[in-house]
Amino acid sequence: MAGLKFWRKKDQAADQAVAVEPEVIESKEVLETQIPVADVITPQELVKVELPKRNLSKGFKAVFSRIKFDVENLEELEDVLIQADFGVTASETIVSEVKAMAKKSGAKTESELKGILTELLTQKLSRTDASLNLDSGTQPYVILVVGVNGAGKTTTIGKLANYLVEGGAKVTLGAADTFRAAAVEQLETWASRSGSEIVKPVSEGQDPAAVAYETVERAIANGSDVLIIDTAGRLQNKQGLMDELGKIRRVIEKQLPISEVLLVLDSTTGQNAMTQAKAFTEVASVTGIALTKLDGSAKGGIVYAIQDQLNIPVKLVGVGEGINDFGFFDAKEFAIGLVGEN
Amino acid sequence: MFGNLSDRLVETFKGLRAKGKLSAADIDATLREIRKALLDADVALEVVKTFIAAVRERALGDEVSKALNPAQQVVQIVQEELIVILGGEARRIQFAKNPPTVIMLAGLQGSGKTTLAGKLAKWLKDQGQTPLLVACDLQRPNAVNQLQVIGERVGVPVFAPEVGNGKGNPVSVAKDSIKHAKQKQYSVVIVDTAGRLGVDEELMKQANDIRKATDPDEVLFVIDSMIGQDAVNVAKAFEDGVGITGVVLTKLDGDARGGAALSVAQVTGKPILFSSTGEGMDAFEPFYPDRMASRILDMGDILTLIEQAQKSFDEQEALVMAEKMAKDAFTLEDFLDQMQQLRKMGSLKSMLSMMPGAGKLKGQLDNIDEKEIDHTEAIIRAMTPKERRDPKILNGSRRLRIAKGSGMTVTDVNSVVNRFEQAAKMMKVMAKGGNPGIPGMPQGMGAMPRPQVKKDKGKKKAKSGNPAKRAAEISGIEPPKQGNSGSAFGLGG
Repeated sequence: MAGLKFWRKKDQAADQAVAVEPEVIESKEVLETQIPVADVITPQELVKVELPKRNLSKGFKAVFSRIKFDVENLEELEDVLIQADFGVTASETIVSEVKAMAKKSGAKTESELKGILTELLTQKLSRTDASLNLDSGTQPYVILVVGVNGAGKTTTIGKLANYLVEGGAKVTLGAADTFRAAAVEQLETWASRSGSEIVKPVSEGQDPAAVAYETVERAIANGSDVLIIDTAGRLQNKQGLMDELGKIRRVIEKQLPISEVLLVLDSTTGQNAMTQAKAFTEVASVTGIALTKLDGSAKGGIVYAIQDQLNIPVKLVGVGEGINDFGFFDAKEFAIGLVGEN
Repeated sequence: MFGNLSDRLVETFKGLRAKGKLSAADIDATLREIRKALLDADVALEVVKTFIAAVRERALGDEVSKALNPAQQVVQIVQEELIVILGGEARRIQFAKNPPTVIMLAGLQGSGKTTLAGKLAKWLKDQGQTPLLVACDLQRPNAVNQLQVIGERVGVPVFAPEVGNGKGNPVSVAKDSIKHAKQKQYSVVIVDTAGRLGVDEELMKQANDIRKATDPDEVLFVIDSMIGQDAVNVAKAFEDGVGITGVVLTKLDGDARGGAALSVAQVTGKPILFSSTGEGMDAFEPFYPDRMASRILDMGDILTLIEQAQKSFDEQEALVMAEKMAKDAFTLEDFLDQMQQLRKMGSLKSMLSMMPGAGKLKGQLDNIDEKEIDHTEAIIRAMTPKERRDPKILNGSRRLRIAKGSGMTVTDVNSVVNRFEQAAKMMKVMAKGGNPGIPGMPQGMGAMPRPQVKKDKGKKKAKSGNPAKRAAEISGIEPPKQGNSGSAFGLGG
């Protein structure tokens, strides 16, 4: 699970560098007259861009350091897992598996048990589909970002956009959170920090689906590699707002396939995160999770159950408010972060 | 997915009915379920442990072994203990003797401080205060801007000398705002601060500096009701780092059970003053510990519901109705009457949301079409008195006439008639089985037209033929297995 695999059109950067005004207009006309679907490019025409891996450089203190393990008394382990928001059921399962593994290998010491737990968590959390889906060749890649209020959607978008731009991608942001006061301005700040383009609503409270549509149109016209659409925070039990999300999705798909639907989860969230993941997956077919605010004291253990039950991989983690404070999810790092180094 | 607590307790209590008495082992089994329910509701583990120990002690005492229904008694104890921790009565805002009263908001990122600042300002303004909002979140991009927009929306001035986005000193803004408020004679100052993590010592110190600079009458800790086990750590960090005087629980319009409320109240010993329940600037209310207790246990707000039912459903009428049902003389006219009785209790949605087990229904609650009742009413009104008394005479041409008269289709008419027949049949069985025993909650409510929720199955089973079981269902303690605990109203989930 390295950094981000990212395919982009060959020589496109060079083309753009010499691109002059008329050409852009021309391409726009062409697109308008044709069915507005971006060219599907065969892999040979694509160059692979390997973006550097980002580590969870700070934060993330181990929770297990303060307890003593004992093969006879693993209830304490269960308690620690519960306190990391794994949930009762998952915690019980993990403990019984650790027990079984310890019995099999004859592990007794604390360090051996920690090793078993780290290995178990790593193995269960590891997935082959944990990197962003940015290699289909159908550009621009569309990333739709969804989640409840205050989870950290806009901040995550800002960081991700900056990272992609640093890697040489052209990024357009769509401010489809037309509801919350100053949400558009907040995204605009991130757009200028990261050097991305932004499509804003023409009026306050405009239909977010319309903004999403325009963003796709603009991103196609300006030759973006990636476009990221911000949406308003919505609680998953608000049917009307969830329907709106479905509409945004459908409107985007009229023009382009969506590469990635990122559900932003606040790691401080408890068991309700499971309900969130279920509900958002139902309306928006979530393809990945961005786990934010991991630099605090919360551990986000609920993602274990979410990955397990809903089969949705965690892809990104956020560890601060700075533009570089994020990384790609790495099961081993996460497990070691929880259990602590031996 | 887990059933709600009521469902699980039914399982636990299954073997106990015959015994009538609970042994220590029975109580422990019950408490294990309650422990799990509390953990599923995100109550912090350490709080759960202390809590369960306290409940166990009481449960082993006399009051349970002597109770008629010991199982129910245990639940009662749990509920009472929860309410004790959550605070008996909601405390009010402390106003300063010499204005301005200063209210400082603090909390994690994304907990909802800025939105709350707006709601609080509006609420105070509506009470005749002259609030001033102060933009001390200079961290998050455009937080200042957001507060300005909100201030404009609620018609409250905003003190924002700095543009923010990482620039400016929040402590001096806070200090200046007090001077400004005194000069301009604002009665309340609401200081919005940046979100900060409990582990961020530097920012916690800054929050404490803001506190020192403004000497607030209230420091409200704003916490997201969806927060998990970390609630205790965060609450401790804010209590130690800034010192709080009260708590505000936000996003309670979501479907999180909100166990954090319990953790925070227990750990800080500070009262929860308000709950914030939506994005509108009016979605803000005092905190009700009893309702929260029911929510955490997912037992529904059955007490409130019964209260409302008692108020509006005339007992005399209820008796007459019960007699009619027993005699199989229940007609569409009565059906209509009942519907109007129910209307008095408030909207169907708000009523349903108070039902135990409604947690499961919540998604569907929003789908309920209140118009369905209007339509049913229209159809019945389009019938002649004779037809209403004896629906059997409704032949094809009569149905067509009714459909035309009510602006509905024949299919709609058929479905109303079918539902009525089912309901009447059910009520007959029920009425003969005896009154479930809750005054003002007559069985007739089973005749409510079914709202258009997605799943209809299990509806017919919603009423138990066993009087004892039914009584329990209605009291919200032991609903049928489908989780159809809202079935006192014949509304399948």
